[in-house]
Amino acid sequence: MIENVKELLKAHEGLEREVYLDIENSSIVPKEVIDAMLPYYNERAYGNPTLTHKPGWEAFETIMESTQKIAGFLGSKTLEEVNFTPGETEANNLALIGVALSRKDKGKKIVISEVEPISVLHTTEMLQKYGFTTAKIPVDKEGFINLEKLKEEINKETILVSLSIVNHEIGTIQPIKEASKIIKDKNPETIFHTDASDAYSKINFNVKQLGIDLATLSSYKILGPRGIGALYVKEGINLERILEGQIGTQKLWPGIENTPLIVGFAKASELAFQNFEENVGSMRNLRDKLMEGIFEIVQDVKLNGPKGAKRAPDNVNVSILRCEGEALTIELSLSGVYVSSGSACTRRLLQPSHVLVAIGRKYEEAHGSILMKVTRYHKEEDIEYVLRVFPKAVERIRKITGSTEVE
Amino acid sequence: MSRIPLPYNPKVLELFRNPKNLGKMEDATVVAIAGNPSCGDMITFYLKINDKDIIERATFESYGCAANIATSSIVTEMIKGMKLEDAWKISWKSVAEAVGGLPSVKFHCGILAVGALKRAIRKYYKNKGFPPNWLQKELSFEEKQALEEEELAKVLSKRMKLEEEK
Repeated sequence: MIENVKELLKAHEGLEREVYLDIENSSIVPKEVIDAMLPYYNERAYGNPTLTHKPGWEAFETIMESTQKIAGFLGSKTLEEVNFTPGETEANNLALIGVALSRKDKGKKIVISEVEPISVLHTTEMLQKYGFTTAKIPVDKEGFINLEKLKEEINKETILVSLSIVNHEIGTIQPIKEASKIIKDKNPETIFHTDASDAYSKINFNVKQLGIDLATLSSYKILGPRGIGALYVKEGINLERILEGQIGTQKLWPGIENTPLIVGFAKASELAFQNFEENVGSMRNLRDKLMEGIFEIVQDVKLNGPKGAKRAPDNVNVSILRCEGEALTIELSLSGVYVSSGSACTRRLLQPSHVLVAIGRKYEEAHGSILMKVTRYHKEEDIEYVLRVFPKAVERIRKITGSTEVE
Repeated sequence: MSRIPLPYNPKVLELFRNPKNLGKMEDATVVAIAGNPSCGDMITFYLKINDKDIIERATFESYGCAANIATSSIVTEMIKGMKLEDAWKISWKSVAEAVGGLPSVKFHCGILAVGALKRAIRKYYKNKGFPPNWLQKELSFEEKQALEEEELAKVLSKRMKLEEEK
């Protein structure tokens, strides 16, 4: 298997340019972030933050300062509200299972939407085996949740609602303020969790103003290191831990704190929030240049998700008809353009992206979907290169599709 | 829903980049399809068969992943000049071997390619009117699997329509 990969990599030699747009699935960590992290491995603060020696106290100081920064960007004033976890998946598991365990005597109902990330979807499926029920709120053709249906699903039994602010695949910015009001009006006891991984540093939001109880953050999605994320937990909300072990500064997650990753996450947050408006503006420009460019040069394309201000500034998701997605990602890779697809072929089960199916895309449209996210580090020339490569790749794959009727 | 690494081997990559015998054949004796677009997996074979039941030429079109393209392409090469009776004996395993092996989640691509080939052979004799003795009446493993994949896609898309109507 490893030999095969070596050959695959060899086939990429001599690329004119490389453009990485698969931020959904992993990201490039900028040098400034790595530089900020490195001293914490061997120069300072390498101790355990709960121990009584200098490297330990340095670690404690470092972790608290990093927490303060992230709390500030979220609109929280209290350090205790931000809890680090090893990533988005773990934070979502902690939120859902933690609420289920701590409120199991108050009710059994959990409400999510049809377009939540896998780590929310599968966790609710797991909880169903233990007597909890899940209601899924449908979405419209652009991915917006149905607020009427949300209202209907909230009752005395509802212990938790989990809705992402920004959809991870199609960039839909949900009416979270309205959703939050509906939830709290119908049942003030219901906990409101949001996966804010795709919203943090991409759109303006404040957990306090939105009435959010729990919020998941991911470091790699804002170009920080992988292996770190966080769960915001509003003061006064009790969550059960889902893992047991040595508890240190992180009351909800046992084990030794990973100070360098926490520093990297905080640094990436600072960089993203510094010149926030400018960053978002540049992403939005690149997003529209890429999206409009594809529509101009490729026939039979459908946009997945909304246009304009209601779409995340970084997200481009298009369905290329008569062009299978996995084949297209390989063809693009051979030209140095790295993207992902919602095609079933990239998954174990032959089912395409549940998000695309939820917005009413036919299976054959979902199989031809391509997801790309731009960052503030991308240049106009990167997008121009993608637009040069893209139509050729589509043309070649469509030649293989030939007269096969795909409608 | 989970993902699996797909370290395609050099032969698959080569056939993906430079597929052999690609495209519609206008004067095909028989055309057969397996899979459908909603599976994200569909193969069409065009065969030119002479009066001695020998495959003179074979071409394909494919809507699918790299493994789907590679296995379809290799089948067209394998069967060229072959008697239909011998072509019928090709198994999906020999196709998978011919492309240097497939990741387990891609076995169905090889199965679908052979399913399409066997359908083509069956269709040819059906059109002719007299099936030879060696042609088994019951569906082969690959034909059954192709049918199953198509049925599954139908069930899923039907379920989707029902949900839309709700």
